[in-house]
Amino acid sequence: MSTENNILVKLHNAGFKQNNKWLVEGVSLTVEKGKIVTLIGPNGSGKSTTAKIALGIYKNIEGNVEKYTYKVGYVPQKISIDWTLPLRVCDFMLLTESISEKDIDEALSLTGVIHLKNKNLGNLSGGEFQRVLIARAISKKPELLVLDEPVQGVDYTGEIALYELIKNISDTLSCGILLISHDLHTVMTATDHVVCLNGHVCCSGSPMDVAKNNEYKALFGEKASQILTVYEHKHDHVHSEEGEIKKN
Amino acid sequence: MFDDFFVRALFAGIGIAFVTGPLGCFVVWRRLSYFGDTLAHSALLGVTMAYTLDLNIAISVFLISSVIALILIQLQKKTNLPGDALLGLLAHSSLAVGLVVIGFLTFIRFDIMGLLFGDILAVTTDDLLIIWTGGALILLVLKLIWKPLFASTVNYELAEAEGLNPDRAKAIFTILMAAVIAISIKMVGLLLITGMLIIPAAMARNISDSPQKMVIFSIIGGLLSVVLGLYSSLEFNTSSGPSIIAASLVLFILSLFKIKQSIKLKN
Repeated sequence: MSTENNILVKLHNAGFKQNNKWLVEGVSLTVEKGKIVTLIGPNGSGKSTTAKIALGIYKNIEGNVEKYTYKVGYVPQKISIDWTLPLRVCDFMLLTESISEKDIDEALSLTGVIHLKNKNLGNLSGGEFQRVLIARAISKKPELLVLDEPVQGVDYTGEIALYELIKNISDTLSCGILLISHDLHTVMTATDHVVCLNGHVCCSGSPMDVAKNNEYKALFGEKASQILTVYEHKHDHVHSEEGEIKKN
Repeated sequence: MFDDFFVRALFAGIGIAFVTGPLGCFVVWRRLSYFGDTLAHSALLGVTMAYTLDLNIAISVFLISSVIALILIQLQKKTNLPGDALLGLLAHSSLAVGLVVIGFLTFIRFDIMGLLFGDILAVTTDDLLIIWTGGALILLVLKLIWKPLFASTVNYELAEAEGLNPDRAKAIFTILMAAVIAISIKMVGLLLITGMLIIPAAMARNISDSPQKMVIFSIIGGLLSVVLGLYSSLEFNTSSGPSIIAASLVLFILSLFKIKQSIKLKN
């Protein structure tokens, strides 16, 4: 397959203006099958806006978006369910697509919340709710998965497991993932391409390229840059079961 | 069978309850009760138009309510006034204009009370036909747009992102609202139609744990209200609208006991 056919969504010089203020401008990025693209940047830098441009939620945008798939799974940053709407987890799983009971169970098991299947959404904790949101998005077996800070409120061990799950999904379903994350550690472990935003694209490339970039250092500080390099060093050796260190 | 005015009223009410049940759930979920009021108030203009141009009341009300809904959507885009102010503006001005026009139409004798609060004597076999075919059509369309409408009620952006076209569903739903008001105006009266939409749905919320159950209980609640209300209307010689709404209020109060129980169980 040529790379052309692998493209799921392509932003070219895209931007969005609200009340005469640019939320983000001049963003170009491409999400391909089986690849994870991560957006990082400070608060208000336009990460969620960029995701919504890619998803087609914002209509009057500058530049252009080419989307080559309709099978999309989305985990929004914030979602609140009103009390007036009685909604169980199993109802929520069927929200945008009719999927089989088996697929529902499988997705809920993967994110570790199968026991909540008949619970009301309003009674879930923040972390549980995030797990349900991720389960719903992956149960559709989407080609494009857009995750806006998917593990917020999830406990530390759960966070690692969920990121591993996300990486697995990208491999097994060969779906493209657009991920927004605050956690620079995770960004580095699984990501193929990092886009660092600050109202515009301040730098982009492989995780290591971004870490070495001066604009990135200016934005996140020298320390953040070290996190990345430290991470890189971690993998020049492996620990055997006896505790010996083996060089690669 | 339909010779008896009471049987006609009963069948009209049952037909209406089947439609207001599911639509009412969406009115509660999407916080549209004041929007329903606005459309209902504008129905008075529709009624006056029906009399002046010699049109069918339901069709005329449907047209005017749809136009008012369109005007509202345009106003929301063009001004920065908050939604409730715009709704109030349209509701009261269309009600006022309707009443003024009635004042001019001296050649027609209006039963204002019947118009505002419903009149079971007024239901004809033609009305029955309109209620049942119109109602069936409304339910069919609602079933077709259920998924996008429901998904966007839960979260608009999720529905939009996953390709469900929520804007189209919302526009169609607005038309359905105008239609349900048009078919129920004779029976319930324009001041109380929103009650018919909201109260059974609110009652259903208290005793349901899933959207499907809420819709079913809302229909059952509406049916019970119609039957109880109409019999008491006949018994006590009261207007049909207030009697139906009062019956639904009784059901709502009863449903509160159920919700109290479930709160106790949790503690």
